[in-house]
Amino acid sequence: MIAPAKPPLALLGQFGDAFDFIFNEQIGRFSGGEPVGGPEQVLDLAATQLELTGLAMALALAVALPIGLWLGHRGKGELLAVAIGNSGRALPELAIIAFMAAAIGVGLLNLTIALAILAVPPILTNTYVAVRQVDRGAVEAAQGMGMSAVGVIGRVELPLAVPTIMSGVRTSTTNVVATATIAPLAGVLTLGDFIINRNVYGDDGVLAGAICVAILALALELLLSVVQHLLTPRGLRAVAAEAA
Amino acid sequence: MADPVPIAQVVIHQRSGEGCIQEDRVFCPGWAIDNIDRYVDPTLQHVVLVAASVGLGFAIAFGLALLSHRRRWLVPPLIGFTGALYTIPSLAFFFLLLPITGRGRDTAIIALTAYTLQIIYRNIVAGLANVPGDIKEAGRGMGLTERQLLWRVELPLATPEIVAGLRIATVSTVALATLAVFAGGGGLGSEIIAGSNITFKTGIVIAGSIAILMAFAFDAFLFLAQRVLTPWRRAVQA
Repeated sequence: MIAPAKPPLALLGQFGDAFDFIFNEQIGRFSGGEPVGGPEQVLDLAATQLELTGLAMALALAVALPIGLWLGHRGKGELLAVAIGNSGRALPELAIIAFMAAAIGVGLLNLTIALAILAVPPILTNTYVAVRQVDRGAVEAAQGMGMSAVGVIGRVELPLAVPTIMSGVRTSTTNVVATATIAPLAGVLTLGDFIINRNVYGDDGVLAGAICVAILALALELLLSVVQHLLTPRGLRAVAAEAA
Repeated sequence: MADPVPIAQVVIHQRSGEGCIQEDRVFCPGWAIDNIDRYVDPTLQHVVLVAASVGLGFAIAFGLALLSHRRRWLVPPLIGFTGALYTIPSLAFFFLLLPITGRGRDTAIIALTAYTLQIIYRNIVAGLANVPGDIKEAGRGMGLTERQLLWRVELPLATPEIVAGLRIATVSTVALATLAVFAGGGGLGSEIIAGSNITFKTGIVIAGSIAILMAFAFDAFLFLAQRVLTPWRRAVQA
């Protein structure tokens, strides 16, 4: 440890220094004179973290959503969908990232795949469960009206399943944006760089990184809760509000 | 980084062995058999991290759930509050706590506890809410007080959902606790990474596998505990 334990009164001081790190570029005491911190670097790293999260979520959605919808529609593969969801939670994030980096290689593409692996299980399981929970009467009515399988899935099952699917998407996003914090270990510089490379950014940078990551994750969660509200069919909103 | 010195030496030592290690293949069984004892302490630390975090999380969530059981208006704000704690990435949480609690196991346990609250609280509330009204009426009709009703009727009937929440929280925490190494909290993460150096593949595979097996073991234990706690469900199913 470089910094000794500080008395409680110095607490605000340390957080104050961290905010200073975020808003003003610092002369890097540990980086050999390279300037560190400041809004430009913070936004740059935050953008990379969002990009990585977005790419991984897009890949995970592209894989998990169609499979979950189809399995749910057919009413098959319950064991598979639930087993994937349950064992997915047991995957240790750090081990996945470290293994990807060590065995396959560093870089944006590998990291996107690793994060997508973590994101698939909650989306797949929730999509499956959501479609199974859709009122069979509504599905049969749609079929009676002559809708094709694709029409039933796209215009009846998917809209009615949105709240549960979105709760899976939010779980995945929370997990992915959190795990993207350790992306610098695999060669992609996100806000986690401030946290992990303390020898470059110092204690202020570490704390500043933690603050930025927390704000980013909370903002993303808030954004997705708004998206969920907008995607939920009008008729379901009252029900959803009651359930929440 | 914080714990810098010995890493390079360890890695050199690890690689000065037979060919498999020198080539750093994905998995070296020989090395694993010779060195399995070095995983005992991190594994035990990991168990302590998980058990303490989930235990503490359950105690707090249970208290909050009882508090809001007869005061339903407390539920939405408590869901929101625990949701925010759940959303803050654990790694960030460790370092936000650092100026207050310092480096070490306790900091890791606090952050992991905060993570579990949402999952456990939600399930306790949902479990209690799903107890059928007529069963509660029957209990009241038999002269049970509200307190007796809660402990003898509502909580036992909510047990499956409460345990389901505990299982999700426990399995997730086993995976997440690998990050405790960043807070100086030890655990299996210390065999995956040292400082900002990823150690080596065989080590990652072994530590990761132990974590996954531990998650399944905790899950099986809780599943069996639920079966013991709810004997009437077996009778219905049989």
